Amino acid sequence: MRAKDLITFFILGIFFGFILMKAEVISWFRIQEMFFFDSFHMYGVIGSAIVVGAIGIQWIKKSNVKDSDGNPITIPPKDPKQVTRYIVGGSIFGLGWSLIGACPAPMFTLVGAGATVFVVPILTAILGTYVYGLVRHQLPH
Amino acid sequence: MEILTQPWPWYIAGPIIGLMVPIMLLISGRQFGFSENLRHICASCNVANVEFFNYDWKAKGGWNLMFSVGVILGGFIGGYLLANPDPVELSAAAIEKLQGFGLTNFDGFVPAELFTWGALQSNPSLWAVLGIGGFLVGFGTRYAGGCTSGHAISGLSNLQLASLIAVIGFFAGGLLMTYLILPNII
Repeated sequence: MRAKDLITFFILGIFFGFILMKAEVISWFRIQEMFFFDSFHMYGVIGSAIVVGAIGIQWIKKSNVKDSDGNPITIPPKDPKQVTRYIVGGSIFGLGWSLIGACPAPMFTLVGAGATVFVVPILTAILGTYVYGLVRHQLPH
Repeated sequence: MEILTQPWPWYIAGPIIGLMVPIMLLISGRQFGFSENLRHICASCNVANVEFFNYDWKAKGGWNLMFSVGVILGGFIGGYLLANPDPVELSAAAIEKLQGFGLTNFDGFVPAELFTWGALQSNPSLWAVLGIGGFLVGFGTRYAGGCTSGHAISGLSNLQLASLIAVIGFFAGGLLMTYLILPNII
């Protein structure tokens, strides 16, 4: 990786962490409210993000624009035939997401914001990822 | 200054989050997805020499790891230096349900009754809540091949059926926890 890219993504990360805080999507309360279907807020954030992302991707595909290094942009498709992994893995993820009110990026953001107990789920999330790597051949995908 | 401390409405914050997808592609063809970082961290200290983590994590994930360091700093700026002094404006219905869980303090981003060092000290079972929650997130996200950013935002933006199935799974697990398990454990 070139230093220029690393700095660019570092700055983009600062920006993203800031937005996550201002959108309040890192709030355990907001996550519960979303699963209660008691507010449009989270659906509005995620839904409008998808719409903007989709427009961006369509534009990139249609215009054949190159990335900043001049390379063509390709997005490898995800294999929709591996239904089991998405349903089972997704549900396991969802259980954890609701329990602690944070998915991976918000855990990091919360630590920065001063909720330092979230180093605990960060460490166990790393452990969970490692255990997946150990047992993945025994799991149905 | 007000605008930097106040929460932003969904129609401002959501589209900015969505812009991450094309911006990362345009910078260097990278796909927005945060949970890969957990894998890169495993790859950086692959003590058991697990084949899933045998790759050049610096080359493959250096950019994303730098992004994650930025995310921590962004949280510090947005949630500490420029923190919103007021509680999250939750709907009355949600507050009522959370009070039904036994919660009384709705200040801050996370319930102080559950997720502070003081709470962990007075109720050690909360260590298990945080620990198990993190484990499920880390295991589940890699099993599913992505998290909220990788599947819900990146994947759905690219109209991937796989991501739609994964997001349905996210909600199946989340609803099960919120409605059936959480009320009984907190």
